[in-house]
Amino acid sequence: MKPLPDSRGYFGPYGGRFVPETLMAPLEELTQAWQEARRDRAFRRELAELLSTYCGRPTPLSFAGRLTKHLGGAAVYLKREDLCHTGAHKINNAVGQCLLARRMGKARVIAETGAGQHGVAVATAAALLGLHCRVYMGTEDERRQALNVYRMKLLGAEVVGVDAGSKTLKDAINESLRDWVSSVSSTHYVMGSVMGPHPYPVMVREFQSVIGSEALLQIRKQHRSLPKMIVACVGGGSNAAGIFSAFVPYRQVDLVGVEAGGRGTRLGEHAARFSGGTPGVLHGTRSYVLQDQHGLVAETHSVSAGLDYPAVGPEHAWWHDSRRVTYVRVSDEEALDAFHLLSELEGIVPALETAHALAYVSHVAPRLGPGQAILVNLSGRGDKDVSEVARLEGVTL
Amino acid sequence: MKGRLEQAFVHARKRKRAAFIPYITAGDPTASRTVVLARSLERAGADVLELGVPFTDPIADGPTNQRAAERALSQGTTLSSVLAIVRELRFSSTIPVVLFSYFNPVHAYGLARFAVDAAAAGVDGVLFTDVPVDEAEAAREALRRVGIDLVLIVAPTSTRERVKAVRKLAGSFVYFVARIGVTGTRATLEEGLQDQVRMVRKLTRSRVAVGFGVSTPEQVSRISQFADGVVVGSALVQRIGELGDAPELPGEIEALARSFALATKRK
Repeated sequence: MKPLPDSRGYFGPYGGRFVPETLMAPLEELTQAWQEARRDRAFRRELAELLSTYCGRPTPLSFAGRLTKHLGGAAVYLKREDLCHTGAHKINNAVGQCLLARRMGKARVIAETGAGQHGVAVATAAALLGLHCRVYMGTEDERRQALNVYRMKLLGAEVVGVDAGSKTLKDAINESLRDWVSSVSSTHYVMGSVMGPHPYPVMVREFQSVIGSEALLQIRKQHRSLPKMIVACVGGGSNAAGIFSAFVPYRQVDLVGVEAGGRGTRLGEHAARFSGGTPGVLHGTRSYVLQDQHGLVAETHSVSAGLDYPAVGPEHAWWHDSRRVTYVRVSDEEALDAFHLLSELEGIVPALETAHALAYVSHVAPRLGPGQAILVNLSGRGDKDVSEVARLEGVTL
Repeated sequence: MKGRLEQAFVHARKRKRAAFIPYITAGDPTASRTVVLARSLERAGADVLELGVPFTDPIADGPTNQRAAERALSQGTTLSSVLAIVRELRFSSTIPVVLFSYFNPVHAYGLARFAVDAAAAGVDGVLFTDVPVDEAEAAREALRRVGIDLVLIVAPTSTRERVKAVRKLAGSFVYFVARIGVTGTRATLEEGLQDQVRMVRKLTRSRVAVGFGVSTPEQVSRISQFADGVVVGSALVQRIGELGDAPELPGEIEALARSFALATKRK
């Protein structure tokens, strides 16, 4: 089988480049610059160096002993992306793309952010490399992730609130694209997930594939075999793509992506694209989109800002249709339970996004045999969510 | 028969002026008002009408058109109702109509079904803000079968190769974006616009209409000296937003549009 995506950025019928003409030549230039950079030994060496000496890679693989015992089934292993500098896997891509921006001679970077983790990661990489940085964030997300807003400002980034639509990630991406259309000669848009127009889905997956490459070696060493299953949460889908990519060729390994089931199954109450969405075109790419019958994009809801998005990366759409990955949904409530469970049993406070993956693990682990292993991508830590969880539970801090 | 779009450009040229192409968002302030406004624009001297299909995520639009889309969506405007507006307009007008749309509403409607229904409603051209020439093949084929022009966009950032690719699929005119940016009013015009338009005309062998950021009669006059058509959007949309559903809306828009139409005269 030919490697995907094809030269036009398609994974089967998904992907492509649906953007204003103004952005087309810059996307071609970006594709070429990235292709050159990834073949350039000096670029690869600098990226590897920063990932190890600055970001803290490789991240460990932890055996979750008490959680495994509590669930009474498969052995649960955690790939500890929460231990990356800035607290989530987002830094892997941010450092890669900011290095690329510098190589392309762009002095300014912009980014969208939902939970704030990508925004913090880009602000961090921009500070490290001396680039100007502006981050767009929905005002609803600014409210629930206030800590990250201030972190970005401390890092020297300008944070612009977006007060349109649902005031979340989708609207922040709209505004980032408008900025980029207007500033494209001096600016690189650091897209935070495996979505958007080609080359972003494949480029971001490649920058995140370090997660899967490390995890493959680690699980073989620590568990002495491949895991039965890998579980990761899916918003745009970058942490999932990063860990899945190394395991896709191993057909015996079940891959499970967990979407935000929110508070109900009606349109507007969740962000589960694969159970409630249909193929559509949003933010430059063809994929599954939550929309009404007129092609108007639906509002979404999730307790987790990072999963609160109406579309999903095109490669996930392809993995879904070709049945290589199974996508499931987990409710706000189940995610909050898992948030507490991991905190109390393992001493790790996970991000609410990651808690969705853990909720599915607590459901499925008891049904697997004790000799089998489940590998969870612990994509981020939950410090940013502490005050929001306290608010939801009526605790005054 | 040569299409109405083609005829509109020929007609304007014979009268020694550029074609005047006003843009309004369909359903803003209401569907029935859109039909009335279309007639006002025609009386003011519009050669072609650009009708925006409101979308939830208009990434190529500045704040003025974003708010217009929100107003139209709050009225329940959908792609189907925009086609109904065109059908109604056709009882009283033969002005060529170009729909200005994001791709997703058409994708959801179904490309083939949309082409047939749009042609039946009396649509002459369709422009997609987010379908570059690389992705345009299927849309062009579906529209060509029913005699609708696909209007492609060329930008200041487009390479020569890209402009040449546009030539293969272009209909009766191409739309040149005067600005690197989103739609909206601007105080000044880009340097070198005339040379760019000349280049695009040469490489595409098509008529060139210029839009994005054209918002004063002076700008219209300058562009009219070298372009085949001038698109004025946000300046009209802004005024529609200010007036809302007021009784004087059609008269005010007609007067404003006339000031632009008169400026299309070639010196």
